[in-house]
Amino acid sequence: MSNIVSRRKWLTAGLTAAGGVAGLSAAAKLADRYGLIPPDWGGVWGPGETLTYACQRAIVTPHAMAREFNRSEVSKVAPVSGKPPKTDPYQRLLAGKFADWRIAIDGLVTRPAGFSLAELKRFPASTQITEQTCEEGWSFVAEWTGVRLSHVLSLVGVQPHARYVAAFSYDDGYDSLDMQDALHAQTLIAYGMNGRELTPDYGAPVRLKVPRQLGYKSLKFLSRLTVTDSMKNIGKGLGSWQPEGGYSWYAGI
Amino acid sequence: MADSVYSAALGIRDSRVSHAPRHSLVVRITHWTGTLSFVALVISGFGIILSHPRFYWGETGGVGTPSLFDLPLPFMLGGPSGWGRYLHFQTAWVWVANLVIYVVSGMASRHFQNDLLPAKGASEWRRHLRFERPRPEEAHRYNVVQRITYLAVIFGLFPLLIWTGLAMSPALTSVWPWLVTMLGGHQSARTIHFFAAVALTLFVVVHVVMVWRAGFRQRVGAMITGNVGDMKEDA
Repeated sequence: MSNIVSRRKWLTAGLTAAGGVAGLSAAAKLADRYGLIPPDWGGVWGPGETLTYACQRAIVTPHAMAREFNRSEVSKVAPVSGKPPKTDPYQRLLAGKFADWRIAIDGLVTRPAGFSLAELKRFPASTQITEQTCEEGWSFVAEWTGVRLSHVLSLVGVQPHARYVAAFSYDDGYDSLDMQDALHAQTLIAYGMNGRELTPDYGAPVRLKVPRQLGYKSLKFLSRLTVTDSMKNIGKGLGSWQPEGGYSWYAGI
Repeated sequence: MADSVYSAALGIRDSRVSHAPRHSLVVRITHWTGTLSFVALVISGFGIILSHPRFYWGETGGVGTPSLFDLPLPFMLGGPSGWGRYLHFQTAWVWVANLVIYVVSGMASRHFQNDLLPAKGASEWRRHLRFERPRPEEAHRYNVVQRITYLAVIFGLFPLLIWTGLAMSPALTSVWPWLVTMLGGHQSARTIHFFAAVALTLFVVVHVVMVWRAGFRQRVGAMITGNVGDMKEDA
């Protein structure tokens, strides 16, 4: 009698475990299809990162806007984080006032293109007064002017299976945004700050502006954009140079 | 022998009642999961602070702007805030899940009503505040100071920590701006989060001192096994 009971127990436990594993793997596939798995999902910190990213992708709608401020709330001091690169070709471009600079946009696009600073400025401009929050804890409010990344992407024609827009900078940094953040109305290729040209300290000639994430996602000194369906073959495959240095890829926190 | 003493003091007729565990299984598991999470959150929170040990009030603040106060700590750039943030957010998930399990089970089992809502006419609080050792029969229930403190931590401090933590998320405040505007800005949220964490740490220190005074082995044993045990063993 007790033998039968224990056998039934084992059978139930086994089926439950098998069902659990199958359920988990199905859930993982589904989550990946809906873009709920971040590129840095592996490792010790993967579970927390994946939970945070998946939950925020479920909660944060594509049209939710980062808070905007009045011009009177613009900070008088904007701390500089990361000095401009001292090396060629950046210094040469800077000496020429970025007249020879062009941003290349390639990858999964129908019409790969390159745009000069003057061309970017001829596109419809978008201005926002938003807060930049550093992972360290400090923050400032500034006015940013630029062209929406979504506008530039629409010009080159993003292919339907694209999942990330990777950005590269002259200080050898790279990062990436998922399509929701790349196409977000507040995501800019910014060339102006507080009504002036963007200076080298703040990322000249252009930087990303991603106000729904921490400051480090707003990559400075941009050189190239690549549209891709996977971040596996870029850098160490973690989606950004940030996880390589110990910081999470998704920084909406 | 000890059981009958307790039963007499509590006026319990049915001796089986005194064999009911002092702490339920859910309370014990969530207590120790919460303890581990707390330690990890304090360590990682301290790591994050080390990258910028200054606090501000209002929306913005940074080097070059006046601070509310500075902790006497060095600025350690690019160091502990990386693993600190990973550990903090991963543990926060464990801690929140743990808290949800505890609160839902506590409501379902009427743990809050029966064991934590202050009883009418409870008067042991004077002795508790004088750090007197509890009487043996008090090992089976909480006195009024404990009840009020636990309720304040569970339903006041914990939600405040979660709220001020979420208020620092630029993505979540795009959906729910009131998370941060009600607190007076991003830097205010950070500062309140810090003070709430300090308050929780003070609670834990006092809690451990009280457990020590009441009989460390017996009380910790009760939180592990569920049983209060024999007072003689403890002595």
